[in-house]
Amino acid sequence: MITGILAFVALASFFGLVLGLSAVIFKVESSPVVDQIDALLPQTQCGQCSFAGCHQYAQAIASGDAPINKCPPGGDNLIQSLADLLDVEALPLDETEAAHSGPIVAVIIEDTCIGCTLCIQACPVDAILGAAKQMHTVIESECTGCELCVAPCPVDCIEMIPIKQTISNWRWPEPQYHTNNQAASTIYTTLDQVLAENTQA
Amino acid sequence: MNEYFLLLVSTIFVNNFVLVKFLGLCPFMGSSRKLEVATGMALATTFVLTLSSASSYLVNTYILLPLEIEYLRTIAFILVIAAVVNFTEMVVHKTSPMLYQVLGMFLPLITTNCAVLGVALLNVQTGYGFFESVLFGFGAAIGFSLVMILFASIRERLAVADVPEIFQGAPIGLITAGIMAIAFLGFAGLDKGLH
Repeated sequence: MITGILAFVALASFFGLVLGLSAVIFKVESSPVVDQIDALLPQTQCGQCSFAGCHQYAQAIASGDAPINKCPPGGDNLIQSLADLLDVEALPLDETEAAHSGPIVAVIIEDTCIGCTLCIQACPVDAILGAAKQMHTVIESECTGCELCVAPCPVDCIEMIPIKQTISNWRWPEPQYHTNNQAASTIYTTLDQVLAENTQA
Repeated sequence: MNEYFLLLVSTIFVNNFVLVKFLGLCPFMGSSRKLEVATGMALATTFVLTLSSASSYLVNTYILLPLEIEYLRTIAFILVIAAVVNFTEMVVHKTSPMLYQVLGMFLPLITTNCAVLGVALLNVQTGYGFFESVLFGFGAAIGFSLVMILFASIRERLAVADVPEIFQGAPIGLITAGIMAIAFLGFAGLDKGLH
C-alpha cells in the first residue's frame, strides 16, 4: 500500500518534471501577432469563419489571407479590437457564411410594406401574394430563399430568416462528397437534377 | 524469425484489434469519413501504439514487478502512456513541423484510445518479452491502420451511394463495419495454418 503510493508519487513527479522541463526546452516560438489575435478571438472553435478553429483563423488574419470580420460569435466588439490591434479599418460583420449555412425563407415586414408589387415581379416561384397598394405576404412553403426579392424592395421590408427546424421538415443530412472527385460529383448532380424534375412534376 | 512473422500476421489479420477484438472503435467510426483524416489517424496510432507498448513493458518489468504493485498496472500504464505521448508531441512539434501537422491533433486524442491500453495490458497478460511486446504493438497498429484506411475508402464511396433513407449516415457505416468484421473472421486459423 505505502510502496504503491510512494512509487506513484515518484513516477508522477518524474513525468511531471520531464514534461515541465521539455515544455521549456522544446518551446516552439510562434508568431506573437498570431498569439495576440488568437487571444482576442472567442475560442468557441465554431468554424463559422470557414477555418477549422480559432487559431487557424488567427493565422490567416496574420498572414493577410482572411478579413477580420468573419467571426459571428465575436461580433462587432471583436472586429473593433482586431482593427485596433492591427491598425486597420473596422469592417461590418460578414455574415454571408453564416447566413448560407441553413435553409432561409423571405419574410415581409407587413407594417412597412407599401404595396408596390416590385417583389412580386421579382419572385421566380410566385411565392409572394398581394396586389398594388395592398400589403404583400410570402407563402413560406413556396419560398425557395433565393433572395431575389430583397434587392427590388424600395423600403427594405423583406428579411431573410432561417427556417426553424421542426419534426416535420427535418431530413437526413445530405451525403458529403469531394468537389475534386469528378465521378462522385457527376452522380450527385444527376441525382439533384432527377430530384428537381420530380419536384417540378 | 518465423515466430515474429507469425506474431505480426496474427495481430494484423487474425486478431485484428478493431474488427475481431472490437477495441478502438471510437476513432474507427469517428474519423473515417475522409481518407486523409483516416490516414493521419492511422499513422499517429501506429506511432503511439509502438511507443506505448515499449514504455509500458519497461514500466511493468522494472517498476511494478520489483515493487510488487502489479494491481496498479492499469493506472500506471495510463500515466506512462499519457506522459510519453505528450513528451513526443512536444519533441515532434519542435523538431518537425511537417510531421506535427500530420499527426499533431490526433496524438493527444489517441492517448485515451482503448486499443492503446488494451495492447499494453495484453502484452503483460500474454507474458511477451520486450521485442515481442514492441512487435505486438506495431502489428496491432498496422492492423488498425489497414482497417481504418479500408473503411475510410468504403465510406467515401458510400457517401455518394444511393442508400435507403433509414440507413443513411451512421447505420450504413455500422453495417459496413459489421460486414468487414465478418470478412476478417475469414482469417481465423491462418496463423495455425502457417505453423
